[in-house]
Amino acid sequence: MDKVLSNKKIIALYVLPSLLLILAIVYIPIVLTAYYGLNKWNGIGAMTFVGLDNYLALFKDATFWSSAWHSLLLAVFSGMSLLLYLIVAMVLAARIKGAQLFRKIYLIPMLLSSVAIAQLWLKIYHPTNGVLNSMLESLGFANPPAWLAEPSLVLYALFIPILWQYAGFYILIYYAALKNIPASLEEAARIDGANALQIAWRIKLPLVMEVIKVTIVLAVVGSLKYFDLIFVMTDGGPNGASEVMASYMYHEAFRAYDFGYGSAIGFFLLVICLAATWVIRKLTASKDTIQYS
Amino acid sequence: MVTGNIKIQNELSEIKPGIGIRLGYSVLYAVLIAVAALQLFPLVWLLFFSLKNNQEVFNLPPLSLPMNPRWENYEKVWSAGNIDVYFFNSVWITISATVITVMLGSLVTYAVTRMRWKGSSLVLGLFMVAMMIPVHSTLIPLFSLFNKVGLTDHPLSLILSYVAFNMPITIMILLGFYYALPREVEEAAIIDGCSVNRMFFRIIFPMTSSVLATTAIINMIYNWNEFIFVNTFISSDSYKTLTVGVQNFIGQYTTDWGAIGATLMISILPILITFLFLSNRIVEGIAAGSVKG
Repeated sequence: MDKVLSNKKIIALYVLPSLLLILAIVYIPIVLTAYYGLNKWNGIGAMTFVGLDNYLALFKDATFWSSAWHSLLLAVFSGMSLLLYLIVAMVLAARIKGAQLFRKIYLIPMLLSSVAIAQLWLKIYHPTNGVLNSMLESLGFANPPAWLAEPSLVLYALFIPILWQYAGFYILIYYAALKNIPASLEEAARIDGANALQIAWRIKLPLVMEVIKVTIVLAVVGSLKYFDLIFVMTDGGPNGASEVMASYMYHEAFRAYDFGYGSAIGFFLLVICLAATWVIRKLTASKDTIQYS
Repeated sequence: MVTGNIKIQNELSEIKPGIGIRLGYSVLYAVLIAVAALQLFPLVWLLFFSLKNNQEVFNLPPLSLPMNPRWENYEKVWSAGNIDVYFFNSVWITISATVITVMLGSLVTYAVTRMRWKGSSLVLGLFMVAMMIPVHSTLIPLFSLFNKVGLTDHPLSLILSYVAFNMPITIMILLGFYYALPREVEEAAIIDGCSVNRMFFRIIFPMTSSVLATTAIINMIYNWNEFIFVNTFISSDSYKTLTVGVQNFIGQYTTDWGAIGATLMISILPILITFLFLSNRIVEGIAAGSVKG
C-alpha cells in the first residue's frame, strides 16, 4: 500500500507540471518585480542598476501618495460596507421564505465582468442621459453633478458600483456562516427572553466572527489591489483624483514606459497586501475559539 | 389543570406574537426586496436601452418600456465589428484554460492528499500562498517574460496565466472533497494490484465529478471575465477576448446608446444563461472558494 502510494515517479508526474507553472507565472515574476524595481528600465533597452533610487523617488512622489491614499480610502469603504452586507445576511437568515432566490439575485452582479459593469455604470452616471441624473431631475434636483468629472466626488461615485458588484458575494458568505449556527442556540436564547436584536448581537455575531475576519482580509486586500473598474471608468482621472496604486503602476509601466519605477510600485503593492493580511490577522486573532455545544 | 394551562398558553402564543411577528417579517421582506431591486435595476435599465434608439433613450423617461424593441441594435453590433471573433476567442480560451486547470489541479490535489511523500505540505503551501499574491505585482515581469519567449500577442500567454492564477483556488475547493473520500476504495484497489494511474483516472477522478463541475464553473466565470491580462498581453484583434473587445468596441460607438447596450448585453448574456441553469452550483462554488473551512 505505502509503496504504491509513495511512487516518486508518479508523484513527480502529477505535481511537477503545476508546480513549474506556478513558479514560472507567479513566483519568479514576484522575484523579478523586486529586481526590476532596483533598475532604470524602459522595458525594451538595457537595464541600469540604480539601487534604491526608484523607491526613494516613490516616497517623494505626491501622485503615488495620493494613489495610496485613495486605495486606503477604498479599503476603509469596503470594510464599512461589510457591516451592511452582514445586516442583509442576518435578515436573510431569519427563516425567510425564498431566501435561496434572494441570495441568487444578489449574486448576479458579481458574475459579470468588471468591464461590462464599468461600462454600464458609466452610462448610469452619464451627466445628461444617465438614469441617475434623469431620476434626480425628475425628483426636483436641478443641475445634478457630473459625478465622474468632479474630483471631489469621483471616488465616492466609483465606490457605489464596487459596493454593488460585491454585495452578493459577501452576503452569500455571511449567510452560509449564519446558517451553520445550530437553531437550538437561538431557541434557548428566545426562551430566556432575548429579543431578535440581542440574539443577533450577543449570539450570532460572536459565532460568525471567524468568517467576518476572513472577509475583512478579503475586502481590505481586494481594495488595496483594486484596478479593473477604475481603469475602465475613469482611468485614474479626472486629474489623478481616482488614481489607485494598481492603476498608477500600470500607467507608469505601460504608458510612461518606466518599467523600473512601475515595478517598484508593484513590489510595494505586494508588500502592502501581504502586510495588511498579516496585520489584520494579528489584530483580530482571538485566543478563545467558540465551541458549539 | 395542567392541560388547561397548556391550552391557555398555546392560545396566548398564537394571538400575541402573531401581529408583531407578521409586522417584523414584512419589514424584513421590505429590506430584502429593496436590496434585490437595487441589484437588478441597473441590468433592467441596460436591457431597456439596448432595445431603444438614441431618440428614445434621450427623450423618453429612463424606465419607459422599449415600445418597439429595436433588435437591429443587436444585429448591427454582431455583424459590424469583430464581436463574433472576440466571442469565440473568449469561449475557446475560457474552456481550454478551465479544462487544464481542473485536470492539473486534480492531479496535484490527489498527490497531496492521498499519496505519501516528503514536501507535500510545502508544495501545498506554495499553492496556497500564491492566492495572496496580487496579480498586478506580476504584470510587468510576466509581460517581459512572455515578450522574451515570443508569447506576447499569443493566446498561450493568457491560458498559461489563467491556469497558474486559478490553480490555488481550484486546489482549495478540491482539497476538502479529496480529504473526505473513503480510503477503503483505494485499499481494495491496491490489493487487487491496481496501479496509481489507473486508480486515479478510473476510480477517484470520476468520483469527484460533482466538485469538478463546481470548480469548473468558478474557473469559467473568472476566465470569461478576465480583463487585465488580455489588455496587457494581446494586441491584435484576432486574439482579443470579449472583455477587451467590448471595451474597444464601445469606444467606436461613443454616442450610439442602443449599440453600446446591445454590446454589453451580448457580453453578459452567456453568464446570465449559465447562471439560470446552474445557479446552485455557482453559489456553492463561490461559497466554497471564499472561506477556508
